[in-house]
Amino acid sequence: MASGKGGTGKTTVAVNFALSIEDVQLFDCDVEEPDCHLFLGLDLEKIEDVNILVPIVDRTKCDFCGKCSGFCQFNAIAVLPEDILVFPALCHGCGGCALVCPKAAIVYKNRSIGIIEKAKEKAKGENLEFYSGALNIGEALVSAVIKVLKKYADESKTVIFDAPPGTTCPVITSVRGSDYCILVAEPTLFGFHDLLLTIDVIKKLGIPFGIIINRSDIGDDRVEKYCETEGIPVLMKIRHDREIARLYSEGIPFVSRMPEWREKFVQLLDKIRVQLASEEAGNLKEAGT
Amino acid sequence: MKELTVISGKGGTGKTTIAAAFASLAESAVIADCDVDASDMHLILKPEIIETMDFTGLKVASIDEIICTGCGICRDACKFDAISNDIRIDVYACEGCGVCAYVCPEGAISLIERKAGYACNSETRFGPMAHARLGIAEEASGLLVAVVRENARKLAEKYDRNLVLIDGPPGTGCSLIASIKGVDLVLAVTEPSVSGIHDLERILGVASHFNIPAMVCINKYDINEKNSRVIEEYCKEHGIELAGKLPYDDTPTKAMMQEMTVIEYSDGEFSKMVKGLWENIKKKLDG
Repeated sequence: MASGKGGTGKTTVAVNFALSIEDVQLFDCDVEEPDCHLFLGLDLEKIEDVNILVPIVDRTKCDFCGKCSGFCQFNAIAVLPEDILVFPALCHGCGGCALVCPKAAIVYKNRSIGIIEKAKEKAKGENLEFYSGALNIGEALVSAVIKVLKKYADESKTVIFDAPPGTTCPVITSVRGSDYCILVAEPTLFGFHDLLLTIDVIKKLGIPFGIIINRSDIGDDRVEKYCETEGIPVLMKIRHDREIARLYSEGIPFVSRMPEWREKFVQLLDKIRVQLASEEAGNLKEAGT
Repeated sequence: MKELTVISGKGGTGKTTIAAAFASLAESAVIADCDVDASDMHLILKPEIIETMDFTGLKVASIDEIICTGCGICRDACKFDAISNDIRIDVYACEGCGVCAYVCPEGAISLIERKAGYACNSETRFGPMAHARLGIAEEASGLLVAVVRENARKLAEKYDRNLVLIDGPPGTGCSLIASIKGVDLVLAVTEPSVSGIHDLERILGVASHFNIPAMVCINKYDINEKNSRVIEEYCKEHGIELAGKLPYDDTPTKAMMQEMTVIEYSDGEFSKMVKGLWENIKKKLDG
């Protein structure tokens, strides 16, 4: 689940979709602002610390030669004539400084930049496993947390990744390796503009995709017209509904109060399977097999 | 000169709508759009670009296939899993640290600059504007945000303006931190939903982590008045001033579809409330 613009309803769709289908894992990849769990009412437990390695300098060995700071691309080490400073928040943990140190004066220690959490139990009556990542406040390395989170994906299940908004590295990290991408868009000026950016990313990654138009009656038909022209499937339209908005504000997934939507989400999964099968067939045909 | 950043934690709370409205109310401001990967401000403000600067972000490793013997030492040394089994660089995963180039016994790898985007200085109907566009799938949005802010400060000096009005990116990570570091005030725009409250707590945590004074605006407060009261209580408890509340209203969407700010689009009740919000923020900035 991705979208260029924030607030288009990714989390709403991801959670309601996950609650409607069988044998599913849901991952909240928006580690800067993880919210999925609020709609699931599940207790989370920490299962892993996300650590990166940061350099520790042994001052008895260091002769301030400056090779480490010269090598570091991230300005995470500064060497003065008689002192050396490490800026952990800038360090990407690449290990280069220790590699180039002629005095073997640099060792690494783990620094926690976030956590991975898992729901203690499956959602009541639902066959849903839930995982989420959270970046520590004041930390910057978003993708590092997402990478660790994704390791818990079970290939034998339907796995839904709820991606952060935007088009930069955290989004790429979330979406990469997926078989399919659902883009949630609003039919407004901002919504359409950001959708085009996201489509660009997804095409670059070579992932088949389709669109869900949320609050489909608030703007105009520009998103739909574009999809029609470009042959992009519109998988679902969700009208702007004050009741859905109210349930959202209470943290209640709307499928739990509007059971007719469950069927629509089951059909959504079928639509995606059909699209993937036909693209596969097309690819095979192209390859001449 | 003062700097104000409008932030939200979560996207879609109405940050850009409010920041654009402020742009049409502020008499002496430079506008900085720091939502560098999915910026929308320009759709309303229609900046006329005066100058464009290339932005080179992080470097990227490049392997000379003729020299490479396929030994795999680089792949094993890479902490970012950016080198595939057949020794190709995945440019999306590469962070440009240079370790692979250092360990390669053949000297087959070099770091090359990559143009990651561009920054622009522009003129708008509300004054000068600094903005940028990060290339698709690029890293280093934090660095580009820093460039935009620097450009905005220079514009403020050049045109003798006393406020830099920053539209921040969503999130709490790298680019958000770059957009609030060292500013005089942040305005956190939130919605009265369970997730909105959760996001607000996180974003205010980031602001206080960097010692930046914050005010809060509750948008669409009447969608859930009970949650709005929870937010007001939270602000009171933490000594954070409420700058104002805005009702759920279709004015912002209608104004956006006309490519106008809400202030330009209508002088109705909603716009009056936005003006009140702006007055409270100005007082705080001047105080």
